[in-house]
Amino acid sequence: MNNSTFSRRRVLKTGAIASAGLALPTYLRADGHTGFTNAPGDNEVILGFNVPQTGPYADEGADELRAYELAVEHLNGGGDGGMLGTFSSKVLDGTGILGREVKYVTGDTQTKSDAARASARSMIEKDGAIMITGGSSSGVAVAVQALCQEAGIIFMAGLTHSNDTTGKDRRANGFRHFFNSYMSGAALAPVLAANYGTDRKAYHLTADYNWGYTTEEAVKSSTEALGWETVNAVKTPLTQTDFSSYIAPVLNSGADVLVLNHYGGNMVNSLTNAVQFGLREAQANGQNFEIIVPLYSRLMAKGAGANVKGIFGSTNWHWSLQDEGSKAFVQSFGTKYGFPPSQAAHTTYVQTLLYADAVTRANSFNPCAVVEALEDYEFDGLGNGKTLYRGADHQCFKDVLVVKGKENPENEFDLLEIVEVTPVEQVTYAPDHPQFAGGDLGTCNPGA
Amino acid sequence: MDQIILQILNGLDKGSAYALIALGLTLIFGTLGVVNFAHGALFMMGAFVAVTVSKLLALSHKVVDETRTDFLGKPLQVDVPYVYDWFGQGAGDTIIDWAVPISILFAIPIMVAIGFIMERGLIKHFYKRPHADQILVTFGLAIVLQEIIKYFYGANPIPTPAPSAFTGSFDFGVAFGFDPNAIIYPYWRLVYFFFSIIVIGAVFAFLQFTTFGMVVRAGMADRETVGMLGINIDKRFTVMFGIAAAVAGLAGVMYVPINPPNYHMGMDFLVLSFVVVVVGGMGSLPGAVAAGFLLGILESFASMSAVINILPGINQIIIYLVAIIILLTRPRGLMGRKGVMEE
Amino acid sequence: MLGLEKKDFRLLLIVVALTMLAPFILNPFPEGSDMAQFNAGYPDLMQRFVIFGILAIGFNILFGLTGYLSFGHAAFLGVGSYAAVWMFKLLSMNVIPAILLSVVIAGVFALIIGYVSLRRSGIYFSILTLAFAQMSYALAYSVLTPLTGGETGLQPKPGDPRILDRALEPGETATPGLFGLFDMRDSLELTVGNWVFTFNAGYYFAAVIMIIAFYMSIRIFRSPFGMMLRAIKSNQTRMSYTGLNARPYTLAAFVISGMYAGLAGGLLVSMDPQAGAERMFWTASGEIVLMTILGGAGTLIGPVLGAGFIKYFENIVSKINKTTLEGWFYWLPDGLEDLVITVIYPFVGKGWHLTLGLLFMLVVIFLPGGLVQGGQKIAAAFTRKKPDDAKSSATEPAE
Repeated sequence: MNNSTFSRRRVLKTGAIASAGLALPTYLRADGHTGFTNAPGDNEVILGFNVPQTGPYADEGADELRAYELAVEHLNGGGDGGMLGTFSSKVLDGTGILGREVKYVTGDTQTKSDAARASARSMIEKDGAIMITGGSSSGVAVAVQALCQEAGIIFMAGLTHSNDTTGKDRRANGFRHFFNSYMSGAALAPVLAANYGTDRKAYHLTADYNWGYTTEEAVKSSTEALGWETVNAVKTPLTQTDFSSYIAPVLNSGADVLVLNHYGGNMVNSLTNAVQFGLREAQANGQNFEIIVPLYSRLMAKGAGANVKGIFGSTNWHWSLQDEGSKAFVQSFGTKYGFPPSQAAHTTYVQTLLYADAVTRANSFNPCAVVEALEDYEFDGLGNGKTLYRGADHQCFKDVLVVKGKENPENEFDLLEIVEVTPVEQVTYAPDHPQFAGGDLGTCNPGA
Repeated sequence: MDQIILQILNGLDKGSAYALIALGLTLIFGTLGVVNFAHGALFMMGAFVAVTVSKLLALSHKVVDETRTDFLGKPLQVDVPYVYDWFGQGAGDTIIDWAVPISILFAIPIMVAIGFIMERGLIKHFYKRPHADQILVTFGLAIVLQEIIKYFYGANPIPTPAPSAFTGSFDFGVAFGFDPNAIIYPYWRLVYFFFSIIVIGAVFAFLQFTTFGMVVRAGMADRETVGMLGINIDKRFTVMFGIAAAVAGLAGVMYVPINPPNYHMGMDFLVLSFVVVVVGGMGSLPGAVAAGFLLGILESFASMSAVINILPGINQIIIYLVAIIILLTRPRGLMGRKGVMEE
Repeated sequence: MLGLEKKDFRLLLIVVALTMLAPFILNPFPEGSDMAQFNAGYPDLMQRFVIFGILAIGFNILFGLTGYLSFGHAAFLGVGSYAAVWMFKLLSMNVIPAILLSVVIAGVFALIIGYVSLRRSGIYFSILTLAFAQMSYALAYSVLTPLTGGETGLQPKPGDPRILDRALEPGETATPGLFGLFDMRDSLELTVGNWVFTFNAGYYFAAVIMIIAFYMSIRIFRSPFGMMLRAIKSNQTRMSYTGLNARPYTLAAFVISGMYAGLAGGLLVSMDPQAGAERMFWTASGEIVLMTILGGAGTLIGPVLGAGFIKYFENIVSKINKTTLEGWFYWLPDGLEDLVITVIYPFVGKGWHLTLGLLFMLVVIFLPGGLVQGGQKIAAAFTRKKPDDAKSSATEPAE
């Protein structure tokens, strides 16, 4: 093992031994001559991995971190190369990024926007990170994205599903590979109509914050377009742990479908409670009562145990996909860590590769060059089929998976089965769609 | 009408969790005068006793099954629990199924022991220290305890279901002449409610009808005099701490099937249980229990959509709003004693 | 001097020296060395040190002097932050109106909450303040989203009116500044050998305000008003026998300390224009309490030390990962290296909470007077001077 300290100013060590002088006034340590913030030296480049390491999403954050470490290993030529082999772009050759060895720093977002920004700022100001990525909630993604815009750093969002990230809070320096509430709704609705019929009355329980609002709106509008009726939509506090008082009235409300617009611990508890109250076996309006979870996460589904069986939802990616990219990624992740990657791990791995690829194609670390390289870029082989990074809002457009909790899991990771791969055309929307209105991408900011 | 009955049931169920946790907290307040921020952590430890017991019961050895493959395409390793080997598959399944009730047997001695160690090793040195120091040390302890649990069990919730005999729900409505499905309630939540009534009753009976309880009550009222009578009150307070820990732990064990436990569940309940204790009135056990049920029922009513539609956000703040109103109209909460924690 | 006793003036001078030289003091290790991980001399953390210092100083005026333990102080921080961001959005990116408004709004908020809460004392008071803060948090996160931004927080955006500022050029971002003289983010860098020191405009702006806030808190501690507050703490009943009504004094202390928190909130968004509801959650209020007790409640400098201590752990220890550890211990023999890393790893990175919790316990067990007492012990060991000098500068801990 070699001495692997990281500092962007390591170069200074060799030069300027006793030279003291005042540099120009700089903002967040931009290098005056390179024209952008934290320009890397000739030997190494530093990426900032900002993930939740404490708090309820710590396990998801830990999985993201594993994926980042794997991505760095592959970029530097280690391991089996993972998805580098299946990626449609072939400019990455395992020699780091533009010949510089990839190093990284980590931080803890605590799933709080304040803490996430503090951590991101320390990466930018202290460690000289050229790109920040990660996160497991939309609040954090929006906060860090805005910071990166101001600082002139590229932000590659991790797990963030709210429409706002690439909607009303979109920023030129920020990019999202993960799918969003609208896509979940658009992908789910036809499958639900096919399985449960078009004569359905839905009851929504919605987490009382931005992500909940956008998800409720998306699912509501897509299902109503197919003939469903929305009986009621009740907001539940984020800090709620016991949902019994929200679940209990559902069965007698005239509804025959319950939509749980919850994520993380909220989802685990509300789903568990709903099954406790016998909703899965109940009959209403002469039909079987059904429960729907618009955004599934395998890690969280594990927390709900057997309660997920037979329940529909959507997900960004799942390890059981059989395309070459997914197989390569599962193989290399599974070999290194002993269990399959989560969707959070997948999206963060892909984001790191996409960034490295964009820099290489642009032949520059300058954020504006990277933005240009990523905008309207089409690629394949990263597990989601043909994908487009749309220039108008920096959102990835790709197929969406509709999944169902598996009835007879083969092993502890085999919790979800893929019901349908919804083609990208069906989930594409206009950049100024009402659910995404009010945003202004602005122009890229290189910092200096 | 059926909705109101349903929410009263919900309230009683929520309230029984609040009351159990608050009971232990107020015992420690009342007898020892210690502000215990680690009490939520004790609740969490109880829950993880149940998790641990169910994991131990399901402890398995690997058997390679050549006919199936795992996610990497290698032969699948099937877990076979040891209890299958010992008792056969049928009996083994039953034992694993009943893990949560079985863990009560383990939880009592374990939690009492944890309580003893905490009191003798740490808390007793803080009886004479200012409340601020007690807060700092118990808060530190709470963080340490939950980080230890996180280290071993991760941050995700761990599903630990009730015995299958108690899954599903009971249709009350039919029995009372309502439509089917109007008032149904899960069996395990009913179990939780009756369990908490029994525990609360047992603690009250213990304090009311035993000599030990009498001495402790005397000690709560006037510790110095009891000491001068030559009674070793310290020793009894240690036992009280053990009992409080056991009550919190049992609340945790039985809570596990209701919501999958995670390492920070104690912190989620901590603030709420402080509010319950204070609303009930410092130093009053019946007050804590009454406040627990009262806040549980009000919280349930506030979450009805008819109420939220009139007052948006009321479900977010109801507990705190009620706490403020009660504390302003009744200076020492519902049944507080004068002079306890008022300085 | 400046109306201070010699001893207090000396303390003030020490604080001035420490804050002004902080970029040097906090960056003791050369760039690129293994120990550079422990450097804290970068703008964000330095700013946080002084801003949370202000918060703790203000909290100490209430808790240290009167003994009233507010468990909802984070609400004032949050309200101040929101007020300041709204000033950025509506009026100007100049920090002065933003900070003034945040102090005023927090003061008004404190007046209302204090008026109600101070009708009770002891733990009843604590729970009342907690209840108000939790209500503020819950509403700001959910139904007040149009006003607070909810989950995603409130930030200035390119399309905001900003009636006093000129329109933004395309691609320009609005950053908080002082009358266009300088931006809060401007920094000067000084390179001496392998060391790099960063002098950040925002930091010095906040540091000057902290020194003023500290000076004012000394004046309050030593004033007749401060004596009155201490009297309330030691025996409120006796005070009321002498015909004095304690309420106006405690309310004044509460409002002053709420305004300090609002000031901190305004400064926080001036350095980093984003306000999220989490900063009003009860854990944030609890953190303020912990800072004060950890440093030494009732002492002048203690709360500032406590604030620095907690923020240092949050920002430095949480960033140490396995690769960092491998970098430190690469020179050990392989087996031993793995062992050392396995032992240390649970305490750093994602385990930083564990370390913090253990340190809370150790400090309160071995240093009942907080970090200040630790400092005095060390000082006493070195100087062997008569200890009563140190004693009098540090008043007794709370209660």
